[in-house]
Amino acid sequence: MATMNMIQALNSALDVMLECDPDVLIFGEDVGYFGGVFRVTDKLQEKHGLTRCFDAPISEGGIIAAAIGMGAYGLRPVPEIQFVDYILPAFDQLVSEAARLRYRSNGEFWAPITVRSPYGGGIFGGQTHSQSPEAIFAHITGLKTVIPSNPYDAKGMLISAIECNDPVIFMEPKRIYNGPFNGRHDQELSTWANHPNADVPTGHYTVPLGQAATVREGRDVTVLAYGTMVHVALEGIAEAGVDAELIDLRSIVPLDIEAIVTSVQKTGRCVILHEASRFGGFGGELSALIQERCFYHLKAPIGRVAGWDTPYPHAFEWDYFPGPGRLARALHAAMEH
Amino acid sequence: MPRPNSLRLHVPEPAARPGEPVRFDQLDFPKAGDVPKPASTAPERELRELPFSLIRVLDDEGRAVGEWDPKLPSETLLRGLKAMLLTRVFDDRLFRLQRQGKTSFYMKSLGEEAIGAAQSLVMAEGDMCFPTYRVLSWLMARDYPLTDLVNQIFSNEKDPLKGRQLPILYSARDYGFYSLSGNVGSRFGHAVGWAMASAYKGDDKLSLAYIGEGTTAEGDFHEALTFASVYRAPTILCVTNNQWAISSFAGIAGAEETTFAAKAIAYGLPGLRVDANDFLAVWATTQWARERALANQGATLIELFTYRAAGHSTSDDPTKYRPADEAEHWPLGDPVERLKQHLILRGDWDEDRHQTMIESLTTDVRAAVKFGEQIGTLGKSKPSVKEMFEGVFEEPDWRIVEQRRELGI
Repeated sequence: MATMNMIQALNSALDVMLECDPDVLIFGEDVGYFGGVFRVTDKLQEKHGLTRCFDAPISEGGIIAAAIGMGAYGLRPVPEIQFVDYILPAFDQLVSEAARLRYRSNGEFWAPITVRSPYGGGIFGGQTHSQSPEAIFAHITGLKTVIPSNPYDAKGMLISAIECNDPVIFMEPKRIYNGPFNGRHDQELSTWANHPNADVPTGHYTVPLGQAATVREGRDVTVLAYGTMVHVALEGIAEAGVDAELIDLRSIVPLDIEAIVTSVQKTGRCVILHEASRFGGFGGELSALIQERCFYHLKAPIGRVAGWDTPYPHAFEWDYFPGPGRLARALHAAMEH
Repeated sequence: MPRPNSLRLHVPEPAARPGEPVRFDQLDFPKAGDVPKPASTAPERELRELPFSLIRVLDDEGRAVGEWDPKLPSETLLRGLKAMLLTRVFDDRLFRLQRQGKTSFYMKSLGEEAIGAAQSLVMAEGDMCFPTYRVLSWLMARDYPLTDLVNQIFSNEKDPLKGRQLPILYSARDYGFYSLSGNVGSRFGHAVGWAMASAYKGDDKLSLAYIGEGTTAEGDFHEALTFASVYRAPTILCVTNNQWAISSFAGIAGAEETTFAAKAIAYGLPGLRVDANDFLAVWATTQWARERALANQGATLIELFTYRAAGHSTSDDPTKYRPADEAEHWPLGDPVERLKQHLILRGDWDEDRHQTMIESLTTDVRAAVKFGEQIGTLGKSKPSVKEMFEGVFEEPDWRIVEQRRELGI
C-alpha cells in the first residue's frame, strides 16, 4: 500500500496494466516522453518503451479511430483525450463505431478501448477546459461511462475498464487530481494525504464498474453525486445539518440502480448533484428512474442541483459551480416536505 | 453588371447534365503500358509523378502491356472473372428483388467489380479489408456463401447479422471483411489502427481500406492519412473514384483542381492512380503497395479510377442528374468485358464458355435466392426478437434485461 493522489493512482493503474498485458498500449496528445499535461502517463514511456506509450497527432477523431482498429485487431488501447471538452471531433467514432461495432457485426468485431479524459470545472479553465458532458455519453447505448471520485477507485476502476471488452469512457475529475475539493474555493487547498481512499495497493486490483458506494449513511434524504461533487456533497450535507445518505454513483453506465432505489425507499427524499448544466443532464434520467421506482416512497419532489444552463463561464466560475451552499438549500427545501 | 475585378464564387458543374451529349474529353489518359513501374521500395520523393498519371495494363485491344503487367496465370484471371461475373449476376437479381418488394434496400457494384475481385485475391488470408458498400466482389472472390448474403439482405431468420443491419452492410471476419456501416468514411482510420496493431505485435498482417472520392472531403480521410504517414502503418488506402457521390460529381470533392491520388503527396505517402476497370492494373498496383508495406515502408494511397455505372442505390435515379447514357461512353470501358477480351486474346476463353459461366452463376444465384425466399423475405421471416437485445454489451446490463422483459420475451 502507498498513499497516492489521483494522478499517481491512475499512473499506477496504467503501469500495472502495461506490465501484465503486452496488448495494452497508450497513446494521445503529449502522453509520451512528456508524460501528459496532467502527468498521468509520467515515465511510462521511459519504463515500458516507445511503442507502449506514445504521442499522437492533434486529431481526436484519428486517435479514437486508430484505437478502435487496434481494439478490433485484439489490443486493449487506452487512448487519452487531453480534455473531454476536445472529444467532440471523435464523437462520430464513439457513437457510430465504438458503441455499435459488436452489435452490428453480431459479435465478429468489438472495440475494447478505454478512453481516458479529464473533465469538470473548478480550475478556472473557462468554456473549453471545464465541461462535464457525461450525459451525452450515457445516452449512447453501447458505451460505458465511469467517473471515480478518489485515488483507490480511480486505480481499481481504470484497471476494470482496461480489462473490459466494451468501450469505456473514463472521465477523470481534474479538480480533485491533487486533493479532494469540498467546493469552498476560498479555503486552503487540501491534499489526499490523510484521506482514507488515498491508501492504494501498489499492485493489481479492481473496483467493479457498475457498483455505487455509500459514502455516508443517513436516514432523511439521499444525495446522489459522482466525481468532484462527492466531496462537495459531504460539505453541503454538513452545512445543511441534515442526516443525509450520500451515494457516490462511480459509474453512470452501467448504473447501480439497486443502490439508488434501496436508499431512496429508505429516506423518501432525494437530491441529485452534478456539475453539468441541468437541462437534459444526467440528473434528469436519475430523477425519472427514481420517480418510476420509488414514487410511493417519496415525501418530497426530487431536487436537482447542477450547473446553470449557460456555457461554462470564466469570471463567474463560482457563481456557476454548484457549491455546498446550493446543495444545503436544496436539502432544506426537501426536508420542508 | 459586375465590376471587372469583382470576385466570383466558383461552383463546379459536371461536363454534361441530363439531355446533353456525354462529354469525357476533359479526361486525359496516357496509353496503356506507358507509365513506368518503380521499385516498390523506391523513396516517396521519386514517385511524385505517379499520382497525376494513370496506370493501365490492358490496351484497347485487350493486350497486357508495359512494366505493370503482373503476368498472371490464366487460372487466376479466370477466378477474377468469375468473381466479377458473379457479383454482376447477383446484383442484377437482388436489385430486381428489391423492386419486387422483397427487401428494403440494395446497392450495386456495377462497373466497379474488378476492384474487390483483384484486391481480394492479391491480399493474403489474415489481412483485413475495411470495405465500402460497393466491393461485393471481394466476398465473391473468396467464395462467401451466397445464401448468407441473401439471408442478410432479407433480414430473415438465418441472417448472419441477426436482423440488425441494413441490407448489404455485411460483416465477414473469416473472409477478411470488416463490419460495414452506412456512415461513409468512418472505418478508414480503423484500417490504420488495425495495421498499427499488426506492426506493434510484429505480425505480418496488412489492412486495406476503401473510401469514396466524395468522402475524401471528410476529416476521417485526412486523419487516417496523417496516422498512416506518422506511424508508417502497413496499410493500403484506396480512394474509389467512381465519379459520382449520389448526385454530386467528383468536382464537388475537388477533382477539378487535382487528383485524389495526389492527396498522398502532402502526407509523404506514395500515391498511385490506376485504371480500376482494368483487373490487371488493379492487381499490379495493389501488389506493389503490398510489397512496400511488407518491407516496412508504410502505407500507399491508391486512387481507383472508375465509373459508377448504376445508381447510388435503389433509392436513387441517376437520370435526374447525369446523361442517361453516360456509363456506356465511359472511355475506360467495362471491367468484365475488358478482362474477357484479354482472356479470349490469350486463347484461354471464348464466348461459349463465357455464356456457360454466366448461366451457371445465374443458376447458383437463383438457387441461393430460392433458399432465402423459402426461409422468408423481409417481413415474412425474421430472427428472434431476443436478438434485438443481444450484443449491445458483452453482458447485458439491467436496462436490457428489464426492457426485454417489458416486451414479453
